[in-house]
Amino acid sequence: MKIRYDREACQGHNRCYLLAPELFDTDDDGYAILLVDGTVPAQLQDKAVLAADNCPEYAIEILRD
Amino acid sequence: MTSSTETPASTVEDWATDFDHTDPGWAADAPAIWDDLRGRCPMAHSERFGGVWLPTRHSDVSAIAHDTEHFTSQSVIVANWRPEAPRPVGFAPPITSDPPFHEIARRILLPAFSPKAIRALEEPTRRFCAELVDDIVSSGRTEVDAAAEYSQHIPVRVIAHMLGVPDSDGDRFRGFIHRIVERAGQVDNVAVEDTMVYYLAGVIADHRAAPRDDLVGFLLEAEIDGHPLTDEHILGTVALLLIAGIDTTWSAIGASLWHLAQHPDQCRRLREQPELLAMAIEEFLRAFAPVTMARLVATDVEIGGRQLHEGDWVLLPFPAANRDPAFFDRADEVMIDRQKNRHAAFGLGIHRCIGSNLARMELTIAVQEWLARVPHFELADPSAVRWAGGQVRGPRELPVRLAAAGTEDT
Repeated sequence: MKIRYDREACQGHNRCYLLAPELFDTDDDGYAILLVDGTVPAQLQDKAVLAADNCPEYAIEILRD
Repeated sequence: MTSSTETPASTVEDWATDFDHTDPGWAADAPAIWDDLRGRCPMAHSERFGGVWLPTRHSDVSAIAHDTEHFTSQSVIVANWRPEAPRPVGFAPPITSDPPFHEIARRILLPAFSPKAIRALEEPTRRFCAELVDDIVSSGRTEVDAAAEYSQHIPVRVIAHMLGVPDSDGDRFRGFIHRIVERAGQVDNVAVEDTMVYYLAGVIADHRAAPRDDLVGFLLEAEIDGHPLTDEHILGTVALLLIAGIDTTWSAIGASLWHLAQHPDQCRRLREQPELLAMAIEEFLRAFAPVTMARLVATDVEIGGRQLHEGDWVLLPFPAANRDPAFFDRADEVMIDRQKNRHAAFGLGIHRCIGSNLARMELTIAVQEWLARVPHFELADPSAVRWAGGQVRGPRELPVRLAAAGTEDT
């Protein structure tokens, strides 16, 4: 599973950071920072899907293998 | 639907052609009105307020919120007059600002409202909430008003704490907000010394004379291109935090307690599975989003098949978008473990509520501390619940009955 984060679409709702802090941090302004290089570790796949499914701005995309 | 027996009669005959969000009928039954309009007239129009539109589909609300070319935020509260403060700054930056100034004004504030910055306010917020519920429980009364005696005090105390003003100023905050938000479009004769602008000018002058490490102090230190913010900018921003941070959060807390009072099964589940609370809070925000924003049409544009003209008002009812069955599965049900929840309670696009992390924290702790201390509660009289209308909707009177000792359901 791959994950993509679109900084341009992100408006700092912080839903991903709250649902999947293992995958997302936030910067000083509250915008998301993706913590993995694009590949989602197996044990975090559910959280990755949850983060994507709760982003109001569709800034997170999940690509399944 | 709630419908208070004491609500004055509605003057609206057809919500599709003559709606009025300040009408008592809206306060009582807005969700039913939105659901009805979404089915038969998803871009409703009213001649009131000099012409105003009401989209109710998520797709239209989202399109407008993301379109800063055809829509301006110069004023975000629909009234009988058009705004005087010029674009792109507006009266209360950044909420009334448009690009490119908007981002400059917003960037100044963002660090003060990031999730990590807000974490520092959790402890005082928990203390305020615990004190308020303890006072209610220890009074021994079995009937209390969860809106007036609990929910409304929480954001007032938190904001007073953030602005570095005494708790006792809270009553004045509520008066300002009532005039601006709930009675927008009506003319009140208010003495200058009783206005929010006069009050805030005093708070700012006080901070200049005695600098403090709080939000006002933070704004006094902030700069744009090496220049300090103008007094108008600082006053407008503090006014914004006051107007935007109190009624809204109070409404979300009250509406969540209104729902929980009617769902003891969900209260029990949240006590047994506290890890569900974070998800439940987002669901309450979806189902009971308090805030309807507004825009003015900047240049003619077609939305949802209707032609919108420059100068028209457009209400942005995020709570209506949050109930759109084309966007949310089982939109009319409150599911505290909803897995897919792209709710728009805090808006969409560049004006996403800057206080969202603060509001979410206050709502979470308010519900947590209430559930921890009140073993069982229910609506004392469903018909006595009174909802505020206008652009911030939530219960203003919420009489609940607390269980007598020994009847706990946990």
